[in-house]
Amino acid sequence: MIVAERKPMAEIIEMVKDCKKVLVLACRGCVTVCSAGGEREAEILASLLRLGMRKEGKTVETTVASLVRQCDREYIDEIDQWQGQYDAVVSTACGVGVNFISNLRKDTMVYPALNTTFFGGSANQGEWTEQCAGCGNCILHLTGGLCPVARCAKSLMNGPCGGSVDGKCEIDKDVECVWQSIHDRLGSFDRSAQMEVISPIRDWSTAGHGGPRKTVRDDLTV
Amino acid sequence: MSFDPAITLFSCHYTSQQSCAEEGKELEQLGFPSGISMVRVPCTGKLQVTTLLKAFEDGADGVYVVGCPVDGCHNVKGSARAAKRVAAVRAALQELGVEGERIEMFHLARGLHPEFVEKGKEMAERIRDLGPSPF
Repeated sequence: MIVAERKPMAEIIEMVKDCKKVLVLACRGCVTVCSAGGEREAEILASLLRLGMRKEGKTVETTVASLVRQCDREYIDEIDQWQGQYDAVVSTACGVGVNFISNLRKDTMVYPALNTTFFGGSANQGEWTEQCAGCGNCILHLTGGLCPVARCAKSLMNGPCGGSVDGKCEIDKDVECVWQSIHDRLGSFDRSAQMEVISPIRDWSTAGHGGPRKTVRDDLTV
Repeated sequence: MSFDPAITLFSCHYTSQQSCAEEGKELEQLGFPSGISMVRVPCTGKLQVTTLLKAFEDGADGVYVVGCPVDGCHNVKGSARAAKRVAAVRAALQELGVEGERIEMFHLARGLHPEFVEKGKEMAERIRDLGPSPF
């Protein structure tokens, strides 16, 4: 899922300081799962906005709503039902949602309530960890299913580096050295020889270095 | 500045049983501050962050939650969950530039104990010192 976290309230309040009415728009996709921007978090944000504005001597009227997702045209259209009820939308979706609303609603000012952080998984209750960098050229079949692009601090293709100590990364003793884990996991499948294969210099153009990425599926377009 | 603070208390069914004794007069007789409005809930674990924030929106100068001891909650982890949500609200208040001490969590033994009244007095004094809510 896409993992995100709420921006500092001071930053959000600054965005809406001149608004009288705000639509706090939750997303029922990834940000609901990572408890950053679902309906519950939108209700909390709305309350904090009202309190924060009141402390500044202002009042703001909030409407809280949610969309199935904010990354599909068909769901963005649902915003029309709140037409005239807000000066701005405060989206608790990831950055994709904010962009999509901006793309599709020329007359709607939309502000981001979240900082979109990474593609990750739920490691423990209340804890999410980065697992994928969306680099566009997956090499997991060579690394035992563990991603050095996302999980190695240096995104090394030929690790581990000299900073790996007892399975931990030199940047923090609590951070796993994913190359140690790759080594151990390949070994458990009798594939340690893979560690000896030198990866060539990587072409990062698929990772966004070649500009915004786009996928078109001819079999799905009509 | 001295004032009579409005405080909202959310207490679980088990730790606030004494509030119903003597037709509700017992707490008053024990010196429980009159400015505290008590809301009894089946379990403090049911309290949501929004419920606590709404108390401030509704005019509370301070809010506190009384639940079972952490290792003795009737619903196992209810009061531990409540403590987490109280901490979340405290952090949010601080983000807004408001004293985090305006909200507190207490874990108290069930039944009629002096601590229930003492914590009420403690909160009343604390909020009186902090002054009226800035909201």
